[in-house]
Amino acid sequence: MPNTLPIKLAAATAIALAAGFAQAGDLHVSAAASLSNAFTDIARSYEARHPDANVLLNFGASGALLQQMAKGAPADVFASADVETMDAAAKQNLIANGERRNFARNSLVVIVPRDSRLAIKRLQDLAQPAVQKLAIGNPASVPAGRYTQHALAAARLWQPLAGKAINTQNVRQSLDYVARGEVDAGFVYGTDAALMPNKVMVAFMVPLDVAIDYPIARTAAAADAAEAKRFVDFVLSPAGQAVLARYGFLKP
Amino acid sequence: MNMNAWSALALSLKVAGCATLIDLVLGVAVGFLLARRRFPGRELLDTLLTLPMVMPPTVLGYYLLVLIGRHGPIGAWLQSTFGINLIFTWQGAVIAAAIVIFPLVFKPARAAFEAVDGQLEQAARVLGISEMALFFRVTMPLAWRGILAGVLLGFARALGEFGATLMVAGSIPGRTQTLSIAVYEAVQAGQDDTANLMVLLTSFVCIAVLLTAGRLAPGRLAGRREA
Repeated sequence: MPNTLPIKLAAATAIALAAGFAQAGDLHVSAAASLSNAFTDIARSYEARHPDANVLLNFGASGALLQQMAKGAPADVFASADVETMDAAAKQNLIANGERRNFARNSLVVIVPRDSRLAIKRLQDLAQPAVQKLAIGNPASVPAGRYTQHALAAARLWQPLAGKAINTQNVRQSLDYVARGEVDAGFVYGTDAALMPNKVMVAFMVPLDVAIDYPIARTAAAADAAEAKRFVDFVLSPAGQAVLARYGFLKP
Repeated sequence: MNMNAWSALALSLKVAGCATLIDLVLGVAVGFLLARRRFPGRELLDTLLTLPMVMPPTVLGYYLLVLIGRHGPIGAWLQSTFGINLIFTWQGAVIAAAIVIFPLVFKPARAAFEAVDGQLEQAARVLGISEMALFFRVTMPLAWRGILAGVLLGFARALGEFGATLMVAGSIPGRTQTLSIAVYEAVQAGQDDTANLMVLLTSFVCIAVLLTAGRLAPGRLAGRREA
């Protein structure tokens, strides 16, 4: 009699793994890291309204989310922190471009630790020697970093400040490093700064000649197009907009 | 971009090399202590030192960030006493890697010391050798293969360290961006060409290290002797 235990174990493992795969009713939403608090709330009220729905949220830098989708990761809805990343998604035919809408707007701010004694009131102040480390999202994949690069380049400060930059993986990591006092200042969104009022302080708002608009779209690969569209509509509805406003997002 | 890959490789080798050297000294000392001395809490110490092997590197990274960060107990002391801040430095990456690979170094060292024939050491003592000379001329020559295999395994693991390093040292190109972190950044940014080159580079180096470790494994030596 052959030993069937390994076979049984393998079968049990396979069944357990299969149970973890996507099921009908699951809605995968890939959203920018800066949206994590607001979208967690939105998903909860969406599920309360539609008991048949199960929203699975995936947060990260918009560029990283784009790469995941391009490599075939399941996503039914994509919400990016910048137009550029959504344009790239459209170019690769990853989204249903006709249904794309801007749903929120944000501001870029420079924050410092609460106990900071540095005089930082404008971009030029970041060049002072006392400012040694600056948390900036990696411009290659983090929209907040791209806006930062844009603003600093316009002020002719991108090169002079390059030696101080600590590249972060997403905007919330910049927030965390400032909150811990590991860097002297950091570039985050106004909505991020508002999450930790006890630990960080907004030094000034960064002047930008572009608007920080957040686009959302159903993905081309959405398993259930109607369900994905229903979620996008909910984000754009007064109920969804109210949640976003509560977290400090502006109307687009 | 290729320059970036090479500087990342050089940094990875530097960080892994330093971490391995530190652990070679500490790991041999701790392995010897655990193998030869009986003291209360010996197995508990062994368990605590083995933890980095099973704990997620991000958990270790967080512990380190809290401890050696600017406001952490150790970090604040280093800052006020020596003016050193380890966060976002390659030295910080060395500490992260040294902690992650410590179990891989001290465990084989302990096993190697325990496997040394006590009679040989007794014989040497009878012949009047000092304890220091006994360690370096009798015990170490008998145990070094086992120790070295662990050290090389640790070195290979240190080369691939990612989680704790990213949290403690960040990702500054040319300064703290090791090969594994550079791969991550390249994939996130969709630079597949760069990622491919670096992935191949990493695989090649790791295979070379593992082959070397395999040649030094004690079992292999015994097999050769029989043949």
